[in-house]
Amino acid sequence: MSDLSFVRTEMLPEQAPPASEIGVVGWLRHNLFSGWINSILTVISLLAIYGVLSVLIPYVFQSVWNAESLNECREIMLANWGSTHGHACWAVINERWLQLLFGFYPPELYWRPILALVLLVAALAPILFADRVSSKLLIVTAIYPFIMPWLMWGGSVWGPVSIALGFVVGFMVLKYATNAMGELIALIAAVVSALIWWVLLAGVFAGALDAILPFALESVQSRQFGGFMLAILLGVVAIGCSLPIGIVLALGRQSHLPIVKWLCVCFIEFIRGVPLITLLFVASLLLNIFLPPGSNFDIILRVMIMVTLFASAYMAEVIRGGLAALPRGQYEGADSLGLDYWQSQRLIIMPQALKISIPGIVSTFIGVFKDTTLVSIIGLFDVIGLTHAIRADTAWNGIYWELFAFIALLFFVVCFSMSRYSMYLERRLKTGH
Amino acid sequence: MTTLTDPPKESFRLSMLIYDSRYRSMTIQVVAMIFFMLVAAWLLNNAIINLNTLGKPISFKFLSNPAGYDINQRLLDYSSRDINLRAALIGLLNTLVVAVLGCITATIIGVIVGVLRLSSNWLVARIMTVYVEMFRNVPVLLWIILAWAILSESLPKIKSFRGENATSSMSLFDSVAITNRGIYIPEPLFSRSLGNIHLLGDSGLRFDISIDLIAIVVVLALSIFGMRKVTARANAVQEATGDRPTTWYIQLGILFVPMIALLVALGFHLGLPELKGFNFKGGTHLRNSLIALWLALSLYTAAFIAEIVRGGIMAISKGQSEAAAALGLRPNRTMSLVILPQALRVIIPPMISNYLNLTKNSSLAIAVGYFDLTGTLGGVTLNQTGRELECVLLLMLVYLVISLLISAVMNWYNKRVELVER
Repeated sequence: MSDLSFVRTEMLPEQAPPASEIGVVGWLRHNLFSGWINSILTVISLLAIYGVLSVLIPYVFQSVWNAESLNECREIMLANWGSTHGHACWAVINERWLQLLFGFYPPELYWRPILALVLLVAALAPILFADRVSSKLLIVTAIYPFIMPWLMWGGSVWGPVSIALGFVVGFMVLKYATNAMGELIALIAAVVSALIWWVLLAGVFAGALDAILPFALESVQSRQFGGFMLAILLGVVAIGCSLPIGIVLALGRQSHLPIVKWLCVCFIEFIRGVPLITLLFVASLLLNIFLPPGSNFDIILRVMIMVTLFASAYMAEVIRGGLAALPRGQYEGADSLGLDYWQSQRLIIMPQALKISIPGIVSTFIGVFKDTTLVSIIGLFDVIGLTHAIRADTAWNGIYWELFAFIALLFFVVCFSMSRYSMYLERRLKTGH
Repeated sequence: MTTLTDPPKESFRLSMLIYDSRYRSMTIQVVAMIFFMLVAAWLLNNAIINLNTLGKPISFKFLSNPAGYDINQRLLDYSSRDINLRAALIGLLNTLVVAVLGCITATIIGVIVGVLRLSSNWLVARIMTVYVEMFRNVPVLLWIILAWAILSESLPKIKSFRGENATSSMSLFDSVAITNRGIYIPEPLFSRSLGNIHLLGDSGLRFDISIDLIAIVVVLALSIFGMRKVTARANAVQEATGDRPTTWYIQLGILFVPMIALLVALGFHLGLPELKGFNFKGGTHLRNSLIALWLALSLYTAAFIAEIVRGGIMAISKGQSEAAAALGLRPNRTMSLVILPQALRVIIPPMISNYLNLTKNSSLAIAVGYFDLTGTLGGVTLNQTGRELECVLLLMLVYLVISLLISAVMNWYNKRVELVER
């Protein structure tokens, strides 16, 4: 009996998908021309990209790198391309890039800010990449706050050393007094003894050691600071100090003690309610009025204080958001384990709250770093202030775009890396499923 | 053997202030308060001593002295003979103008960019990402100065509009002149104007309100009220009969006929800018400083708003849009009826803080010479009178009040759209 079935008994081989669905064509159809609206948008976008690139590419690449002045630049452009428009004069960057980076810092001392920057990387590495870098580098982190001012401002090495010794004194007192007198008294004693050291003894100690063993760097005045270095300096100090202060303020705002809470709320809302520029006015014009008569301290230090206070208030709000996002059960769990307030904050609450608020914390950092440019308004020669100074030079009178492009690039690189780092950190700390 | 009848009598010991948790919180607060008051007293004492040494005790009399400087961009009448208080008022209005304009344009651009960043079109989404990253990672001060430089360096000079062989011409049927000194746009004029209401007499805070403007606002409000009535009636008819009466032509009539009648009655016409001599006359002159500030602040803030909008839309679970699709809603209806109303709840709180940031960033006007509050009270007035303490305190106070007002209004709105949970 022959097989009369008309049903195919073997499987056909799989056919290739239509040419319009795979490969480049398929990708184009799906992502760029999936409907008539999308097609129009794609065409408009392509035209816009063409328009921008057709200006930008000749501007960036058909440019002058070596010239003494803007006029010389224009002559070279006229000779090479027949027009002075649409071509960059990077010669100004070529000539002034060191000034844009370091301001009026003495050129023979450039190694000091550079060393401070290298040490900063070494100090930050064990914190930022805790899973890859040895924790031994934390020693650099601990001593960095004392080395950095010494490197930047110069002066005797014994000043920072004696200030650092104050912390050692306080720590020693805390360690030995805890057994004798109990924690709270020991803490108070430690703070008081450190204050006594700083106010009464540190100066004498530094002076004496300086007389015996003089070891000093050439000192640099604050008004010589400037350029992108100033932005980094202000940014690092404000970022470094604002995180701890912000945590304290956030805890204060969450506190059950009404007076403490009220003080923190007033401080945070006041700082967040006024523009940074008014705080900088306070730093440059008013801070001396509020200090004892005759005291006159450094403008950069004053600006640092105000920028730090500004950043702290924003940081406090970000961390408060993290604290509020934490489920109530975490607080209750910590209480039921019998932990006291500080233990539960340190071991249970803060690690989680800070993890939740990483994106906010980093965007506050980026905001503070960008806002350091505002110091040009109160007359410091940061990188934007320097563009006015460069334009005041007759050789470069009338140059705008190249300087702005260079500054924008500097800030973009730093801020963009910060935001990418926060994404990496979020991924690393992710414990959910 | 003795039995214990009474609980041991608690006597107050000094150490209980620290070790007893009932008293400890009191102790901490009292110590904090004393510490705060000591610091405040110390600062005040220093300030008083220093100000006395300088010979300028705190006084706000300088506010009623003649300002002696001119403000080129202003909403109210002002001359250099007016007092400092009025200069500050003009500055405050300028701050508010640029803040309001900036908030509106930043919202529009931000929402468009945020939605386009989620577009299925690969190219458009990438371009929007580049825009957002470019503006977010560069200081706003740089954008403001850059915008100002672009306007004043690359736009045609007024000279080029003049003469027989002019190289530049006015755009939009000769009604708008774009020059490197600013943009001249037509101004609304009324040939049968109803005049002004003068408020606060001749004082520094005098304020003129155009009756024409009040009439227009009143008519507009009445028209909108009428349109709502028509819609309500149409709804009622639809509920009762199932047929919805056609109302769009009635609505348009209610909106436009009274307004056009009013404008004709007032003799409304546009005052066009004209080139006379070395400058344009007539029309409204928007200076470069205002436009640069407005443009830079809107584009900068829009980048942040775009991210907020994107985050808000992405926070809505995919099930919502799938359910909407299952109900047969088209994509744009899904967006407007399902996604956006829910996303708004996520979007509004961070949006408020961005509006606040924009308002505070408008104080950077001082970098391009726009006379906002910082430029008048915190700039020229401060430098001319030398009253740093008073000027900066007033400046902070005004900004603080503006900030608190904006957050109050926005919080009220937030309460209204908030999800009502049981």
